[in-house]
Amino acid sequence: MSMTDNDSSFDQNGKRLENAEATSRPIHAKQREAQPKGAIDRGNKPIDHAEAAKRFLAAPEHLKFHDERLWDLRQKRDKQMHGLPEWEELRSLASAIKEHTLTHLDTYLEQFEAAAIANGATVHWAKDGDEHNRIVLGILRDHNAKTLIKSKSMLTEECGMRHFLTDQGITITETDLGERIQQLDNEAPSHVVVPSVHKLRSDISDVFARTLGTEPGNDDPHYLAESQRMTTRPLILEADAGMTGGNFIIAETGTVVTCTNEGNADLSANTPKLHIVSVGIEKLLPRVEHLGVFIRLLSRSALGSPITQYTSHFRAPRRGAEMHIVLVDNGRSARLALPEFWTSLKCIRCGACMNTCPVYRRSGGLSYGFTYSGPIGLVIDPTFNKHKFSNLPFASTLNGSCTNVCPTKINLHEQIYAWRKVMADTHEVPFAKKTVMQAAGVVLGNPKLYRAAIATADKALFSLPRFALYSRMNAWGKGRENPATPGQNFHVWWAKNRAAKAATAKNGAVKS
Amino acid sequence: MSSRDDILGAIRRDRPAPLPLPDVPMFDEGRADDLLGRFTAAFTMMGGKMLDLPADGDPLAEIRARVAKAGVVISMVPEVAGNTVLDPELMPSKLENVDIAIVRAAFGVAETGSICLTERELGVNTLGYLAQHLIVLLDPADLVVNIHHAYHRPEIHAARYCVFHTGPSATADIEGVLILGAQGVRSLSILSLPRA
Ligand code: SF4
Repeated sequence: MSMTDNDSSFDQNGKRLENAEATSRPIHAKQREAQPKGAIDRGNKPIDHAEAAKRFLAAPEHLKFHDERLWDLRQKRDKQMHGLPEWEELRSLASAIKEHTLTHLDTYLEQFEAAAIANGATVHWAKDGDEHNRIVLGILRDHNAKTLIKSKSMLTEECGMRHFLTDQGITITETDLGERIQQLDNEAPSHVVVPSVHKLRSDISDVFARTLGTEPGNDDPHYLAESQRMTTRPLILEADAGMTGGNFIIAETGTVVTCTNEGNADLSANTPKLHIVSVGIEKLLPRVEHLGVFIRLLSRSALGSPITQYTSHFRAPRRGAEMHIVLVDNGRSARLALPEFWTSLKCIRCGACMNTCPVYRRSGGLSYGFTYSGPIGLVIDPTFNKHKFSNLPFASTLNGSCTNVCPTKINLHEQIYAWRKVMADTHEVPFAKKTVMQAAGVVLGNPKLYRAAIATADKALFSLPRFALYSRMNAWGKGRENPATPGQNFHVWWAKNRAAKAATAKNGAVKS
Repeated sequence: MSSRDDILGAIRRDRPAPLPLPDVPMFDEGRADDLLGRFTAAFTMMGGKMLDLPADGDPLAEIRARVAKAGVVISMVPEVAGNTVLDPELMPSKLENVDIAIVRAAFGVAETGSICLTERELGVNTLGYLAQHLIVLLDPADLVVNIHHAYHRPEIHAARYCVFHTGPSATADIEGVLILGAQGVRSLSILSLPRA
């Protein structure tokens, strides 16, 4: 049976649609294959990204699909970028607005709190994930709420909320399809935008057959999605409480903004009488007029669509309903104090850096062992646990592509490099360069396998850095060319940074 | 000390040196013409359906025909009658049996093909999500050039809930295959029709 496409992929004039995160052409795995599982969690022991990546590489169907799917998102993003003459200006504005807000974060947080309270919402403050989880449980208990529907939130993943609340007897239903798949499979999301992108339709079919009672072996995405809609809807209608994250919050008006394609945040917030918002303190923007810059960049960068299907602004609770907003720090104020790394707080979680990263595309998000993977994960995961994530900064070619695509202009590859120095200087890695070869090397070091897996290629960034291909045992610092990288290339950058002295890494910037 | 004081205290102690806030331009030069054409192009690419305006005759004929065939239809507009009246005090979940909802957009955004709805247009907010199909009347005079202009409209400040819909509910979480009607409406149709 052919299951490549159907009518819903085309508009009323027969043109292929560009909405949601859909691929611009069908990418379909040829045969069933067991899904590779993610990095093994050994408590506080360092996550072995390379080990998990090896297992991902050993699953050619998954590897090929994952690589092509994310590269397709990257290309769709490029198309949107080319269609917008002010693209670079918008990036500069986004970066400057975020930097301004972050350097005035205290006053904007107070302004947000006052506005939200004036709107009739209740504001809570959580120092860390545990406090966040306790606050949410408290709100639910106060309302005698036992069932919670929620939209996707990386923050609640970061806080480990689902496990905590489930242990306390709360029944949680994820309403984003990808997140629901991951919940039913008892697995973390592998990507901040497309949480189940590492799974093939056959994997999802197996999960649904096991958990939702769908027909075993039925791989039709339309059938699977419809089954999920039919089984989730009653849970939405009956839920005692709803929860959303927040892509942005506005200091001026106390507004919470969510961006989704499914409309599931709107259902979660508008159906039950209680709406709980969990949001990181870095999501603030000063005024509504600043939103325009970010809304125009977010979905274009993430999915290559001009906007998400739903851009929702929750300013005040509905009449007769309650809105509780939990502002979460969980390491963000400490990150703000790190001179080399504070600008990582500009991140709007678009996933573009992940989609463009050759290491990410070839190792899968679960190999990183935490909520945030890919280049942004390499930069922020160590701020959660420097020892546990000490290997991650080495899972990169430093090709700079992440920096080039980032809509808020975070200097990701420079921060990744800075983390390597921190790890080396604090003896988190005994022999930095050796680790480099193990980490990125394992993913990029087998060009034959790579080429065999990837039929299509954009010869620019899609191809591997030459040094990775031909000089496997050559340390990164030897300054091989990286022909693919626009902007400053690696060896120029390396020379500059090397001259800036290793001593800078010893200025005590990092708190463990 | 409360967590609030701890968090604000930590930020005050360690925040980087202040940086300035830039002005945001409107980016509308050369884009103010043919707003309906721009809107239509963007909206249909997002999976929405523009209803045809017959050269002569009743522009609402197609909608009326759909209403006649449907089960529960709730109309929030004076131009077309539904068959069920919305009780604004209704529990939001009770709208799950609605087949078609008809509303008027507060305004539209040409750049992205988005329409804006608030609690005023929706009556009960879940109407825009629990209904199987959503039909929206849009006055072409209510179109703004782009998202920057949208954020200068009063709705965003005045409404408790304000949402931009751009096409129907969609997902591609299963192998990148586009599915319309993920959790919300299965289709979104728009009729360009001046306000009565
Ligand atoms: S670091 Fe930049 S590119 Fe990566 S997810 Fe964040 S905003 Fe997007």
